[in-house]
Amino acid sequence: MVQTMINNELKPLRVVEKQFKVNENFQTNSKASVFYANNFNLWYGEHHALKDIQFNVQENEVTAIIGPSGCGKSTFIKALNRMVELVPSVKINGEILYRGRNIFAADYAVEELRTKVGMVFQKPNPFPKSIYDNVAYGPRIHGIKNKKILDEIVERSLRGAAIWDEVKDRLHHNAYGLSGGQQQRICIARCLAIEPDVILMDEPTSALDPISTLKVEDLIQDLKKNYSIIIVTHNMQQAARISDKTVFFLNGEVVEFDITDRIFSTPRDQRTEDYISGRFG
Amino acid sequence: MTKYIDDTVVMKRMQSRLRKNKIWKMIFFLATSFALLTLVVLIVRIICQGAGYINWDFFNNFGSRFPEKAGVKAALIGSICMMLVVAPTSIILGVATAIYLEEYAKNNRFNDFIRTNISNLAGVPSIVFGLLGLTIFVRMFGLGKSILAAGLTMSLLILPVIIVAAQEAIRAVPKEQREASYGMGATKWQTITRVVLPSAIPGILTGSILALSRAIGETAPLVVIGIPVIIHFLPTGLLSEFTALPMQIYDWAKRPQEAFQYVAAAGIIVLMIVLVLMNSIAVLIRNKFQKRY
Repeated sequence: MVQTMINNELKPLRVVEKQFKVNENFQTNSKASVFYANNFNLWYGEHHALKDIQFNVQENEVTAIIGPSGCGKSTFIKALNRMVELVPSVKINGEILYRGRNIFAADYAVEELRTKVGMVFQKPNPFPKSIYDNVAYGPRIHGIKNKKILDEIVERSLRGAAIWDEVKDRLHHNAYGLSGGQQQRICIARCLAIEPDVILMDEPTSALDPISTLKVEDLIQDLKKNYSIIIVTHNMQQAARISDKTVFFLNGEVVEFDITDRIFSTPRDQRTEDYISGRFG
Repeated sequence: MTKYIDDTVVMKRMQSRLRKNKIWKMIFFLATSFALLTLVVLIVRIICQGAGYINWDFFNNFGSRFPEKAGVKAALIGSICMMLVVAPTSIILGVATAIYLEEYAKNNRFNDFIRTNISNLAGVPSIVFGLLGLTIFVRMFGLGKSILAAGLTMSLLILPVIIVAAQEAIRAVPKEQREASYGMGATKWQTITRVVLPSAIPGILTGSILALSRAIGETAPLVVIGIPVIIHFLPTGLLSEFTALPMQIYDWAKRPQEAFQYVAAAGIIVLMIVLVLMNSIAVLIRNKFQKRY
């Protein structure tokens, strides 16, 4: 571990000669970079879960992360808002830049990062509070007390998450009374209420039925106008349907990263082709 | 395919399986009724013996040599005053410790050691805590046989129980809720006050009230500290001498005159009423908190 760190410090330029296949031409558009993972490594104890991850996420795009179970895709997305640090034995090395700043820098408060980088989790996890209090939770922790402003934020966020019409008459009912799909959209609204820049979604539809899934997918299409979205998904059709770029993870490494259409039509790595054609995983 | 499960054998065994199921149900039911029955017998006996002595004078009189003049005034007020020390001390210290251990403390050997030993402390006999209280609060701090000394000793006695109960209540708050809060940029403190504690409070309260009920009925530490039995004045402050209900009951029960047995029963009725009141308050608070969701 120490050895690895020293190696990386000595050879920062090794980055350039990374072996995975990135199409050099597809990132030449003018969109700004939101996240840039630079030679990022992560260990759970002795287990090397992410190996030399390197790729760039651009703004106002949906970037899908696909790969078989245990390939490190959830770990990676949790590293982007430093949620992964809740696991006690985690060690990291290398850097992830968010808008040019290393998120693991000592002077970068994790609370500040998470205000900019919201997250929607795999299982809908509303608080056992009213719908209103759920959505107002974020603004409140950031110090907004004015009832009018809170009302405004709650309505805007619920509209943004395409659930306002379904819940506007019962804002003060417990969010637990909603269906799973509605709960997940409440969680998305709760995430929008902190006015984030990026939204991370960790398999947001894996616990939902097909109709709710469709609603959430439509919602993601709308959201990308104003937010950058990074979504982890098990479902390759979903990645193909909703994302602009797709990155394929395998055994903690980035195998291929390209425009979604190209990944699904003409993958350049044999392993990617095997995976998307269902030969393993 | 070979069929391993033979239907005729299954049907043949069915009756005996169902019978066995019924027998075990009976055994568990009997175990429950045994405990319940004992409790009912005890309560009925005490009420029969003591009810005759429960009247206004019994609440308004101090201790006396004559059973008909004896009352619980000093003991009842003394017990209540002691609980006013015990409840805030033990709940604040206990919940704060539980929050530290569950939310802040890292998983290292030192903290594991502390966690294990707090559970062990809950099993230490109450008389040992009495000796501790005598040494530290009564002698070292010079608090004497006061409400404060007894209250602090009782707090120490029930602290481990409250800590363990609060730890369990805090641990029962789903991980996903904390993640949701942290994910929006909340600090640990905001997450604790807005997400963890509201969910954990019903559990914390239940544990705390059970512990407080134990404190109000505990006698041994008071005996060791040297709390007097017969006192003819009401406590005037935290450092005032006092007596408590269990001490008073213990004293009456060991007297030779038969009439005092009935006075003791009346004292027990008063103690039980206090306990029931405390538990009802706990239930009320708990319901209030659960309704918020």
